[in-house]
Amino acid sequence: MALVRITSPHAQGQNRTASVMQSVLLATVPGVVVMTHFFGFGTLANILWGGLLALLFEACALKLRKRPLGFYLRDYSALVTSTLLCIALPPYAPWWLIVVGVGIAILLAKHLYGGLGYNPFNPAMVGYVVLLISFPVQMTAWAPPRGAGEVPGLLDAVQALFTPAAYDGVTMATPLDVLKQNNSLLIEDLWAANPQFGRWAGKGWEWVNMAFLAGGAWLLYKRIFTWHAPVAMLASLALMSALFYDGGSSASGGSPLFHLLSGATMFGAFFIVTDPVTSAVSLRGRLIYGALIGVLVYLIRVWGNYPDAIAFAVLIMNFAAPFIDHYTQPRTYGHSKPRDNSQGGES
Amino acid sequence: MAEANYKDLSVNGLWKNNPALVQLLGLCPLLAVTGTVVNAIGLGLATIGVLLTSNVAVSLIRNIVNDAVRLPAFVMIIASAVTCIELLMQAFAYELYQILGIFLPLITTNCVILGRADAYASKNSLAPAAYDGFIMGLGFSVVLVLLGALRELVGTGALFANMDLLFGPAAADWKVVLVDDYQNFLLAILPPGAFIFTGLLIALKNLVDGQIKKHQDARRTKPIKGAKRVRVTGTIS
Repeated sequence: MALVRITSPHAQGQNRTASVMQSVLLATVPGVVVMTHFFGFGTLANILWGGLLALLFEACALKLRKRPLGFYLRDYSALVTSTLLCIALPPYAPWWLIVVGVGIAILLAKHLYGGLGYNPFNPAMVGYVVLLISFPVQMTAWAPPRGAGEVPGLLDAVQALFTPAAYDGVTMATPLDVLKQNNSLLIEDLWAANPQFGRWAGKGWEWVNMAFLAGGAWLLYKRIFTWHAPVAMLASLALMSALFYDGGSSASGGSPLFHLLSGATMFGAFFIVTDPVTSAVSLRGRLIYGALIGVLVYLIRVWGNYPDAIAFAVLIMNFAAPFIDHYTQPRTYGHSKPRDNSQGGES
Repeated sequence: MAEANYKDLSVNGLWKNNPALVQLLGLCPLLAVTGTVVNAIGLGLATIGVLLTSNVAVSLIRNIVNDAVRLPAFVMIIASAVTCIELLMQAFAYELYQILGIFLPLITTNCVILGRADAYASKNSLAPAAYDGFIMGLGFSVVLVLLGALRELVGTGALFANMDLLFGPAAADWKVVLVDDYQNFLLAILPPGAFIFTGLLIALKNLVDGQIKKHQDARRTKPIKGAKRVRVTGTIS
């Protein structure tokens, strides 16, 4: 009888980088499908074109850095970055906008800092913010949702991507933008006056957000990330909007439900805030990290210059994540008190 | 230093000890006003002028001024030089003077100038000190102009816009549009662009240095294979 000695661990998890990344990609599917339903094929075209570019840029960067190509290309991390960025971009964006965005995200925000796992800032959000600051005209041109305007077809999406000069698109302010520009109408009247508002938030947007919520819930069930950061972010955003919601006057910032289901809230909460590399690490730290992002999102949405704020809030908190980690080190097993590193290493 | 080596001074100022890329001094104007080539040339010329005059003056008074009060004296000299340059610019390039704004008087606090005054001019005679001031200023200005050109090119798709601010009306049509229908890449002109492009320039310089070193190492004669080691201790068996 052959006695094969196998060392522990005997049960192995399947949480390899590639399978985690695949799960995240899979979880974006419901959101992307709903976006395609409401805004047409623009987002899908963005994602395909962006994915192609991401693989290309990733391969170039790996080649320059003399890293094994196949190993790193198969971990799907570049595709996740580009997909998240392309979901955030307005549909029917011109091709060069995506080239610049994905290039900045992969080359500047990821590989210049040392590649996967070393980037202090969320690459997709860095790409998004660079584009938003550099090309405000293209970045704020959102198509009208189904029900508020004509939805372009598949050919329009391809034409908008590759011959942007010839594409004659229709754009409409997003609900967050309309609310931001409003200074005379009561919320009720604003709802009635603008076709892009739906039952709770923006027409289409509420369903897009719910679809991303569903995808995020599935990731939570798969234990890809813990509940702390997204729940803290949504809770603090809801709390902020409840505190400053005055029942719908013209100066109101919008109801909690409106903020939870508008813009990139759910997408940000489950796909951006939960990035394991750039967020805080300890569970207590993640609560603080998420909660502060929620507060910042509300502050920038209501009193800042831009209608939506997920990207800025996340980048600001990425700066703060190491600081939060320093002060929320969990108790070491066997020690009664958490070790205080600021006291010169005395335990 | 008895005998000044002008070749060493040049190599130091322009490459090996470049104020902007190696010493990383004077980053404030470097990052702030290099949005266009004309701004960069304007500030570069002003910096060269100030460095030259301050180095000359410091070198002349180096044996008179007490060591304990040398820094205040140097700063007074630099401030006077800056004021002269500022007035000159106000007279001959008023619009550029307005664009450069606070960064012109701020040349006074540019560390390159005080650094050269204290580290070189106060220890050397007139001619080498003047040459050092000029070449350090040139090294700084070259980087300024390079950065300005990069940022203007990436930011607006054109080069040499508004050169008439500095070179008179004849230079008004020097602007070269390299890409038609260019969507302005605002980030390059905004402050983050300055940081990113400065970092890239420093990386490029380090890359070139690495290549030069590799080349030199390869050219250096290799030790002959099979050469016997000379024993210095123990007995030879």
